[in-house]
Amino acid sequence: MAGTQRWPRGTQGKLALMESTKLKHFHGGLCLDYHKDISRQTAIVVCPAQSRYVIPLQQHIGAAGKVTVEQGQRVLKGQMLATTKKLISAPVHSPVSGTVVEITKHAVPHPSGMEADCIIIENDFQDEWVERKPVAQNYHQMNSHDLRNIVRDAGIVGLGGAVFPAAIKQTEININTLILNGVECEPYITCDDRLMQERAREIISGADIIGHIIKARECIIAIEDNKPEAIAAMQVAINEDNTGFFRVQVIPTLYPSGSEKQLIQIITGKEVPINGLPADIDTLCQNVGTAYAIHKAVFEDEPLISRIVTITGKGIKQPQNMEVAIGTYIADCIEQCGGYNDDASCMIMGGPMMGFTINSDQLPVVKACNCLLVTTSDEIYPANTEAHMPCIRCGRCVEVCPAKLLPQQLYWYASTNNSERAAEYHLFDCIECGCCSYVCPSQIPLVQYYRSAKSEIWALEADRKKSNAARQRHEARLFRLEQQKRERDEKLRIKREMLNKKKGKTEEIEIDAKKAAIAEALARVKKKKETQAITPKNTDHLSAEQERQIKEADRRRQMLKDENHE
Amino acid sequence: MLFRKASSPFISAQASVHSIMYQVLYALIPGTLAAIYFFGWGILINLLIAAIICLLSEAFVLKLRNRPIKASLTDGSALITACLLALALPPLAPWWLTAIASIFAIVIAKQLYGGLGFNVFNPAMVGYIVVMISFPREMTFWVAPLGAVDHWLSFSDTFSIIFSGALPDQSSIDSVTMATPMDTLKTQIALENDIESTRHHKVYGALFNNFGGKGWQWINLLFLLSGLWMIKQKIIDWRIPVSFLLTLLFIANFFAVSDYASYPSALFHLFSGGTMLCAFFIATDPISASTTPKGRWIYGMGIAVLVYCIRTWGGYPDGIAFAIVLMNITVPLLDYYTQPKTYGKSEVE
Repeated sequence: MAGTQRWPRGTQGKLALMESTKLKHFHGGLCLDYHKDISRQTAIVVCPAQSRYVIPLQQHIGAAGKVTVEQGQRVLKGQMLATTKKLISAPVHSPVSGTVVEITKHAVPHPSGMEADCIIIENDFQDEWVERKPVAQNYHQMNSHDLRNIVRDAGIVGLGGAVFPAAIKQTEININTLILNGVECEPYITCDDRLMQERAREIISGADIIGHIIKARECIIAIEDNKPEAIAAMQVAINEDNTGFFRVQVIPTLYPSGSEKQLIQIITGKEVPINGLPADIDTLCQNVGTAYAIHKAVFEDEPLISRIVTITGKGIKQPQNMEVAIGTYIADCIEQCGGYNDDASCMIMGGPMMGFTINSDQLPVVKACNCLLVTTSDEIYPANTEAHMPCIRCGRCVEVCPAKLLPQQLYWYASTNNSERAAEYHLFDCIECGCCSYVCPSQIPLVQYYRSAKSEIWALEADRKKSNAARQRHEARLFRLEQQKRERDEKLRIKREMLNKKKGKTEEIEIDAKKAAIAEALARVKKKKETQAITPKNTDHLSAEQERQIKEADRRRQMLKDENHE
Repeated sequence: MLFRKASSPFISAQASVHSIMYQVLYALIPGTLAAIYFFGWGILINLLIAAIICLLSEAFVLKLRNRPIKASLTDGSALITACLLALALPPLAPWWLTAIASIFAIVIAKQLYGGLGFNVFNPAMVGYIVVMISFPREMTFWVAPLGAVDHWLSFSDTFSIIFSGALPDQSSIDSVTMATPMDTLKTQIALENDIESTRHHKVYGALFNNFGGKGWQWINLLFLLSGLWMIKQKIIDWRIPVSFLLTLLFIANFFAVSDYASYPSALFHLFSGGTMLCAFFIATDPISASTTPKGRWIYGMGIAVLVYCIRTWGGYPDGIAFAIVLMNITVPLLDYYTQPKTYGKSEVE
């Protein structure tokens, strides 16, 4: 049974490679049972080619790409299938050569089991590549901007699970410290572990490219002390490199050390400011898998069309790490692992702390898919969503929360739908690591409450936005109607005047009247513009608290707007 | 392959409220046994009455509220309330006094607020206060500890006093009861007798031991040890007991040093009355206590200040119940204003 919160005793002795740097401790955290040996005993196996691939257009945080191929078209391996000019986005590529058989909605791995736009490709088994022009060693002479474009065009996203487009993270330059995240703190997952053991040199090379893009002065490779083989392999690669740029930093095993913010705190002792970025404290954090993908993009001009997936759990006949082409059906991967055991009951994408269950194996492997955990009913704790005990405010959740929140208070407000209060208790700082639910003696599914409270607040905000827009539309319509009426009256008046005058003067008058009407209309437009500049608001007689909330909402809205504009 | 739906995290420490409550109950055993040893059958009979009434009234209200009865009855929380009441009430308290306190604790202070997890006040302390205010005479039915007297009141005598009020032949209630050391000191100080002379008084002197009250000091010591065990087991948070005991030690010492004749020593405060029971078993009730780390420090300090004030200058011999309930009132405020700085906050400010 796992204890809680403190770094395990005796870890100090195990930190053989740790240099004199003093590590900091983030608040809380858990020592878990890791079950990593199930899948890390054997080398990475390449999943053989399949006949059909499903490529979702959106496999990253940000906007989905627009399809650049047509149904029936032949595509080559590595060919771009969808892209967009929007800033926060990443293109997707064909993992094989073959034919686009359909562009349609298809079920994708998502907690809700939803369908999304996908491109379905029939493999022709020719393995014919698009023309590749790797820049290879020439990257040393390239500027950050061009290198970043290579990373972007290769569709590379954070492969630790967050799938944030990598190129965007690398926009800031002159960042002092590049932290390479090889922590892999979630139980069961070993894809980064195996990758570091087998492809350390490529990881180092990819990290060097990132370092070149952001002009970093040092690169720290953080690895938990439960991966001695990976630590040794990375150390060997660093010794070969011999530039002094890289350093392995062994950190004690403690969940969630692999979370970006927590890792930065361990290494630098600093906290990433709220609403800020790691760049604000002179760091950039990238996963080792991402570095590997960048190496492939630069040295082989190979976009992100495959990744290492840990397929593990007691429900799998032969657990292993597999290099899987993006778009491969999960069922095909499972088949390569010998299939399910009889008592397999649950499939989780990601780890047991932060992953989500999927309701079918007829889904494609996506860029975010670091692990497929197939469990038996005795292996994981049964989902206790029905009846849980009431919260007794014991505060164990406070002790383990790495974001230093008060989960028990958050629960109180989230469960009573008091979203304003929940936001006040920093609901949005919750990283959903699951530590609080893990220790809760009342077995309350806390994270689930927070997730639904968050989405409720988002929905409210969207509603408010919509009703604001509707109100503005309505007001604009009233204004327009009134204007039309006035114009009609004006015309009638002029007509009547014209009838009263003699025919000879009519033309002159008509021109004058027209000019006057135009001038008047211009003045009205100007006035209208002025009034519209001041957005109407019901902001009289509000308390300071309400004003603050409105300001907060406005700020968030502005942030959203800015994002959309980008 | 079933593809069961669930929500993360899928693993759990598998702790339970049930196991926490029962460990607290186990931790109460040594001190309770000591209390029975020193004060006789009365404590045990009180405990049985309180336990039966607490469980029955809990079951009754749960039935009225259409809540699952078995799960709540077996969580152990009602038994803890019963145990705390039995230890706080005088050993010769009539049965109906214990029953009223138990009913009030469970029905009013716990279930009417919504049951386990929702009670604003510590149920046992509310029950205690109700009978303390309503029946002050019966609340003085303490007996002299073993050591001050040669033997316990017999079981049948104790039983008949508690259930029928019938005293043994040729004795009055005053001859079988005796004030607690804390009460005695208070009365004597009010009569301007200094502490040293009270401690060596031919009658009252028997109530005192080297540092606490006779019997009381051992009971307190056992509760202290069980409390430390609970902290080690992470059943209770260490902040509240530490801040409570340190503050009490500091204040008591401050006054005792300034005038040792009229203010009892810090050790006497720590090892008499319900100090240790309060520190580890009452103040640490997580439901009614503050829940933030900083709030818990303040909560413990507040209780200590109030306990000392009520003991020294108030109208009641021991002030724990009032101190706890008064501090319970401040909890929402404490929790709100002592929120920890969340990750990333400290860098901005």
